[in-house]
Amino acid sequence: MSELHTVNKSPFEKSSFDSCVEHVLEGSAVLLYEDGVYAAIRGTAAEGKVKSAQGVKFYALGPDLKARGLSGERVTDGVEIVDYAGFVDLAAEYDKVVAWV
Amino acid sequence: MAEEIKNFLYLNRRAPYGTIYAWESLEVVLIGAAFDQKVSLAFLDDGVFQIVKGQDTTGVDMKNFSPTYAALGDYDVNQLYVERESLEERGLTVDDLMHLTWEDEDEDWAEKDSIRVVSRAELAKIIEQQDVVFSF
Repeated sequence: MSELHTVNKSPFEKSSFDSCVEHVLEGSAVLLYEDGVYAAIRGTAAEGKVKSAQGVKFYALGPDLKARGLSGERVTDGVEIVDYAGFVDLAAEYDKVVAWV
Repeated sequence: MAEEIKNFLYLNRRAPYGTIYAWESLEVVLIGAAFDQKVSLAFLDDGVFQIVKGQDTTGVDMKNFSPTYAALGDYDVNQLYVERESLEERGLTVDDLMHLTWEDEDEDWAEKDSIRVVSRAELAKIIEQQDVVFSF
């Protein structure tokens, strides 16, 4: 079964993002939202982990990036920005959601 | 009418007394078990601290809810996965954990261990096999 993993905590404050990427399997996806979007930013300690996750698609919630003053250019290559409707589509597309709260 | 039985996994990632998450997880687990679903628990990250033996909260004015874990077997909750790497990172071994068991009615109520230590990679596959995952 494929999973949509969600992370809503900053990778610099909590271990949620690290735990998530260590448990995500190929063919699954990770959606970063709320403070989780900081893991989607280029030049951070999280960038390497996003890039080295084999066969895992990363998404970041646009409104949460925008709220934090983070423009699309700041986002790590390969991370797709989605809106709230996109979030719903992803939740429906995958077999289940695994939240790393 | 045949009811659909689903596999529910509860992910426990927080230490027991700093926040209410661990206790709330236990409450929800017991409710879920009453609905005849297949329930299993995973303890990873700081969640492994929840099942450390010898907890004594008399000095901090909080309820010691750790004995409740020993009752899970009576509710047919007897699959407790503990992540090996999380134990090791925290200087713990399985001997530091409560000895949690259940009685198998198909084998003349033989006492069996509920805890299974699994690797991070094994836990990733266990998560994949579930129908529903609840996170605490």
